[in-house]
Amino acid sequence: MQLLHEPSAEKIQEDKLYHDMGVKDDEFVSITDILGRLPNYTELGLFSVMWSEHCSYKNSKVLLRKFPVEGPRVLQGPGEGAGVIDIDDEQAVVFKIESHNHPSAVEPYEGAATGVGGIIRDVFSMGARPVALLNSLRFGELGSGRVNYLFEGVTAGISGYGNCVGIPTVGGEVQFDPCYEGNPLVNAMCVGLIDHADIQKGQAKGIGNPVLYVGASTGRDGIHGATFASEELSEDSESKRPAVQVGDPFMEKLLIEACLEAVRHPKLVGIQDMGAAGLTSSSAEMASKAGSGITMNLDLVPQREQHMTPYEMMLSESQERMLLVVEKGSEQEFYDIFARWGLHAVNVGEVTDDKRLTLLHEGKTAADVPVDALAEEAPVYHQPSQEPERFARFQQMNYRPEVTDYAAVLESLLQQPTIASKEWVYDQYDYMVRTNTVVQPGSDSAVLRLRGTDKALAMTTDCNSRFLYLDPYEGGKRAVVEAARNIAASGGEPLGVTDCLNYGSPENPEIFWELERSTDGLSEACRELEAPVVGGNVSLYNETAKGAVYPTPVIGMVGLIHHLDHITTQHVKQAGDDVYFLGRITPDFAGSELQKLQEGSIFGPVREVDLQQEKAWIAGVLEAVRTGISSAHDISEGGTACALAEKLFGTTLGMEIDLPHDDTLAALFAEGTNGYLLTAPASQREALAAAVPGLERIGQVTDENRLIIRSSSGENVINTEAAQLEDSWRGAIACALKSKV
Amino acid sequence: MKFAVILFPGSNCDVDMYHAVIDGIGEEAVYVRHDETSLEGMDAVLLPGGFSYGDYLRGGAIAHLAPIMSEVQRFAEEGKPVLGVCNGFQILLESRLLPGAMRRNEGLHFICRTVTLKVEEADTMFTTGYDKGEHIRIPVAHGEGSYYCSEDQLEELQEENRILFTYDDNINGSVGSIAGITNEQGNVLGMMPHPERAVEKLLGSDDGLRLFTSIVKQWRENHAATT
Repeated sequence: MQLLHEPSAEKIQEDKLYHDMGVKDDEFVSITDILGRLPNYTELGLFSVMWSEHCSYKNSKVLLRKFPVEGPRVLQGPGEGAGVIDIDDEQAVVFKIESHNHPSAVEPYEGAATGVGGIIRDVFSMGARPVALLNSLRFGELGSGRVNYLFEGVTAGISGYGNCVGIPTVGGEVQFDPCYEGNPLVNAMCVGLIDHADIQKGQAKGIGNPVLYVGASTGRDGIHGATFASEELSEDSESKRPAVQVGDPFMEKLLIEACLEAVRHPKLVGIQDMGAAGLTSSSAEMASKAGSGITMNLDLVPQREQHMTPYEMMLSESQERMLLVVEKGSEQEFYDIFARWGLHAVNVGEVTDDKRLTLLHEGKTAADVPVDALAEEAPVYHQPSQEPERFARFQQMNYRPEVTDYAAVLESLLQQPTIASKEWVYDQYDYMVRTNTVVQPGSDSAVLRLRGTDKALAMTTDCNSRFLYLDPYEGGKRAVVEAARNIAASGGEPLGVTDCLNYGSPENPEIFWELERSTDGLSEACRELEAPVVGGNVSLYNETAKGAVYPTPVIGMVGLIHHLDHITTQHVKQAGDDVYFLGRITPDFAGSELQKLQEGSIFGPVREVDLQQEKAWIAGVLEAVRTGISSAHDISEGGTACALAEKLFGTTLGMEIDLPHDDTLAALFAEGTNGYLLTAPASQREALAAAVPGLERIGQVTDENRLIIRSSSGENVINTEAAQLEDSWRGAIACALKSKV
Repeated sequence: MKFAVILFPGSNCDVDMYHAVIDGIGEEAVYVRHDETSLEGMDAVLLPGGFSYGDYLRGGAIAHLAPIMSEVQRFAEEGKPVLGVCNGFQILLESRLLPGAMRRNEGLHFICRTVTLKVEEADTMFTTGYDKGEHIRIPVAHGEGSYYCSEDQLEELQEENRILFTYDDNINGSVGSIAGITNEQGNVLGMMPHPERAVEKLLGSDDGLRLFTSIVKQWRENHAATT
């Protein structure tokens, strides 16, 4: 009876109703050609979600091909639920990052929560036990009511879902910039562990094998979520609230445990998450990858509401659902597994040999389309590209801030929300559950030990989008370098990357130029640093009437720490230790926190990133770790002075430093090449000098809780009580939240 | 000594409890599902943290009706050790094995951090490994951990020396800064902080280890006395 409300195929064509689903005129023609007839409403719905940017990468595919995806340790590159990398001893790490930006912009709690839920399912659908969550968040400037609401809601959503599901949220980053005001970025990353033998693929093989639907029932929530994610946010976006899904972490917890039992069952053929585009993408992709077809009887799909149409069922993005293909005859064994966890598994269809997705509903064929057309044959666009006017202008600029009171500037920088302590955020995340978290949030990378081994994993998310706005190519390189530096400073060897590309509309040539240039930079850096890209996500159309977000390709990186005693944190450990600098001071302030503080905006050229040099420094830091050091910290936002201060926070120690460069301002606050700060016992002096070329000794850890920094001419430029700096740094975010406008 | 780790749908600190026993103190541990009805052969019961039944209704409200809980009740009445941590504490409250109730944290936010507790009583089966008045570092991770009881109940708890741990800094607004209490017999302990997360220096603190070794020590003494 609901079908009566759906327009006929002819009406859809005549009134161009496909525009409402985001299908363009030429795409509608292609669909008609593929089918050899006009699509009905349901079929058009299937194409519209599968051909959305979110599912098909139609605007970004040409760029993604540039990424290095292979390496000696890569077991599974892009294309499955998540990438898989070998970590020796027949073990592997599985990880992926994904965006949930648009849902979070209209409904921050559920948007963020379901982002976490979705990425967890991508990881356990590979057969892996999810062991850690990370995130990368961007908001407008704190202080406005709306931004505070989004920031608090997103944090609560991640906390509410992650804590309940029992996977520690161990790390992440939060940055604030006006460009994210109406369009926050919420990227969630999940890391899992697996034995090589258990790696699963989402394939629907074996003609006649049953297709099982497991988990939550299907409701009318999240319909067209993927399409919503593939358009700009506008004043109408509030009306898309029904496109935001609602999460149930308790159901997810049961689903994880049940599915991990199921994947160890020898009769499981394939398993996939019903993520974006729900039942449509999971069935079409599983069939397409296996070269088969699937027939489903939608009357059998568990439904939360009455009178759901095929269109609604297929496009629903109800959460916590999985699709399984199992060997014929073994259905009962799987029903039993799920029943033990209080979950239903329902046989809704079977694998066919006709390479078609056929949907039956109330005795009629509701849709009948080729699976490859849905999953593989979305159009590929190479959008026009144009260098924005600003880029050439920035190259001509030469900016140098004026500073008279270095100590006051340091304290102000430490209070900038992007630099300030994120304790307010991670205090709400259970980062310890499962008792493997060795390095907790607040250091360069989070570190998890691998129980029963001498190994550990370091993991981080990074992207300073200001540099990408100024220069997407160099900024892209810097994003990868920054992640690798954080991994190395924690004692890890970079293994690989998952990326989340957050940009504005690719149909704007200047945005497409940002995409092109930054993916060039990312690709080159990943290649040089031997960190292949094993999976990721593209989120375009991140813009509002006020403009697009900065190009923000968030890099999620995982590294392997070969021995537990190589685990290194950023904080100083004992008085008397030497302080070392490894890197190069360059007088670059374009895109720096100091520039933003003083000028209220960012501009200027970005220095070329020397990848060979970066690689040598990474090797140097890892050699230092093996030789024996007390701490290591990467220098990033706020420059060397902020990094020095951060090394003292949480301790009662101090430092006396002699700046390693004549240019005091650059040595303190520049965000150019920079490098690392290390501390080590004096007894290691000779061994370190021999092992790590270029290591400069710049001072000492003291037992007085002060940060004393002298210029190269011996003048005290900073002499401040560390506790005072720490108070400013620690309280800044809570303070900004209280001062609601 | 054999520990039962009770597994409810939605428990998520079960693995932590299990490893604290197996790796931390080298004793035996087995999982016992919520729908089982026997604790035969078990020497102690551990109710782990997490979100049993999604914390729907209230933390612990549904879990206390699970089939295994009447057996846990019987087990407790026999005077054998029962430890409920976090959600496990909430379940003990809902089961009326311990007095009082749990409210949302004062600041209405989930709190995860390592805090300092004061050991108020060292003369119990759970705390002989500590010194009275000692300060120990144990992690908390909860959103509903603000302990509440009436003034009469508080007085009773104090008089009977049943408050084993208090927060140095009352992070969640608990009555009397209470972090952990026992029943009248002293064999059922509920606490919000997670001793099972503090059994290894590598992870930051091993101050929780002595709680487990205290249980074992008491059990061995009893065992030696009866055999």
